Amino acid sequence: MSLLEIEDLVIHFHTEDGTVQAVDGVSLNVEAGEIVGLVGESGSGKSVTGVAILGLIRPPGHVVRGAVRFEGHDILRMPEAEQRTYRGRRIALVPQSPRTSLNPVIPVGQQIARLIRLHERASRAAAARRAIALMEQVGIPDAGGKARQYPHQLSGGTCQRIMVAMALSSAPRLLIADEPTTGLDVSIAARILDLLRDVCVQTGSAIILITHDLGVVAETCDRVAVMHAGQLAEVAPVRSLFRHPAHPYTRALVAAIPRIDADVALTPIPGAVPPLLHPPPGCRYADRCDLVSARCRQSRPELLAIGPGHAAACFAVAHARASAA
Amino acid sequence: MPVPALLEVEDLAKHFPLKRFGGAGGGVRAVDGVSLTIDAGETLGLIGESGCGKSTLGRCILRVIEPSRGAIRLAGVDLCALDRSGLRAMRKQVQMVFQDSAAALNPRMTVRRMVEEPLLLHEELGRAERRERAEAVLEHVGLGLELADRYPHELSGGQRQRANIARAIVTQPRLVVLDEPTSALDVSLRSRVILLLERLRAELDLAYLFISHDIATVKYLAGRIAVMYLGVIVEHGDAAQVIGDPRHPYTRALISAVPVPDPDRRRSRFVLRGEPPGASAVVQGCRLRGRCPLAAPICAQPVALREVAPRHFVACHFA
Repeated sequence: MSLLEIEDLVIHFHTEDGTVQAVDGVSLNVEAGEIVGLVGESGSGKSVTGVAILGLIRPPGHVVRGAVRFEGHDILRMPEAEQRTYRGRRIALVPQSPRTSLNPVIPVGQQIARLIRLHERASRAAAARRAIALMEQVGIPDAGGKARQYPHQLSGGTCQRIMVAMALSSAPRLLIADEPTTGLDVSIAARILDLLRDVCVQTGSAIILITHDLGVVAETCDRVAVMHAGQLAEVAPVRSLFRHPAHPYTRALVAAIPRIDADVALTPIPGAVPPLLHPPPGCRYADRCDLVSARCRQSRPELLAIGPGHAAACFAVAHARASAA
Repeated sequence: MPVPALLEVEDLAKHFPLKRFGGAGGGVRAVDGVSLTIDAGETLGLIGESGCGKSTLGRCILRVIEPSRGAIRLAGVDLCALDRSGLRAMRKQVQMVFQDSAAALNPRMTVRRMVEEPLLLHEELGRAERRERAEAVLEHVGLGLELADRYPHELSGGQRQRANIARAIVTQPRLVVLDEPTSALDVSLRSRVILLLERLRAELDLAYLFISHDIATVKYLAGRIAVMYLGVIVEHGDAAQVIGDPRHPYTRALISAVPVPDPDRRRSRFVLRGEPPGASAVVQGCRLRGRCPLAAPICAQPVALREVAPRHFVACHFA
């Protein structure tokens, strides 16, 4: 049994204009202690998938089918009270914008301490001490002094460390980090990623890292799941993904990033993510794909194993492998 | 006689006074003696992290912020000496594109009106001519005419940034200051805007001051790169040299922190201690010395830029 098993997850949002099919049949396992990157452009459904793992899909959102099993228990089918024993405790979130996620009028140390007292019985003094210890653990110098400061007095990097400390306060088994370095300076971002990797090694918890930056994925993750328009395009160990990207979307994504390490031409991904209000039947990448065939527009390709732990959902890839064999 | 550069900035400084409760405080020296040049048709990349003064420098060049000291010359004309009407004429030549594409556009104007507005201010054209110029520019940046009568909220992020670029180039400027124009964009949009900017530069013979903390993007656009830390330029040179052979410890740290999409090249980082101090806490000598692993007593001595290789300048005692 994996730590987390997402099975055939389908999520729709009901709007005035119709039904937005945000996540369409996503299946993904996460093992204890691994860092899995969830990558894609805006509108790929990666954040909605993250929210679903926390059991936080609320109207107008609606889980149409599928399961999210954490340690064998289906988060989506348990009562709210039971969900709360997982959310924020066993599964914690590191959000994208630390400044707006922190309360501006409460010192940061107190915010962590409050959270600790929410999860467990602890005296105020004990919780305050734990808060400072957590701040030290995430590498904040002068944690005692910083604990008395308000978010606006701290740098963006320190605020993000505070968010990691809050996420760690309940010793979670799974961290969901949603674009944790977007908006941070490069050197600060690099250190937050180092911190997440350290957390993973020290505590043995797993991390789902949601990002649109393949550079961040290459530097941090063990495995990668590439999403496009609500569907999984490719899942692979990080090395195979970058050495042998199979799905045309993954290849396009790699070719679209400006690289500091190589002199390669920059090629934007053709077209745009299709509207999820009336997505095309079949493969949702078909209209942007240079390998498209009639079949792609009629039926949806399933994820097909193409190597150890490496799977891609593409008829062209499947066809090429069949002819090679 | 050599041709003067399009833009010459000499010993530019901007100090913001800080008033504290109960007495006079110090000041923030956001830009503290910066000199640089940009030739016609050239792109200079200005990189550095939040608070290093790169945006303040960009704004001083347009005199959106009045510099405290120094000279800015555009094609030999001293911009700091211009009066209001002179300033207006200058802004036809120098335009700016901002990071936040939504905040930079007027929510109550259509794209067409916003692109025509600079023409109203800077040129005397008939209505039909103005319309023609605006439509030509919209086409140039890849915004279809069907979008011309839309309002900013009806556009996607990439389309909004194209509208901003169209507005900046409609007066046919010679220099455009680009302040993080791609930082708020998604991967696929970012690569498109990079290619658009490069195409426009080549076609219209524009010069860019490209301000960004995204070094990989700067690499694609800039012929030369200047690196800024706490109000001063610590290294500048040809882009390939600065990125391939960074000599200043700050540049080395910045470049080694850029994530590379190649898991086999997870590199050892060149790490500085702590975070940049506030710009109000400027130290004597090298400003990086409190954080630098190479720091030695000599670093308390002032350090100027010197040429360590042809056209490659570094302000470090150890470079």
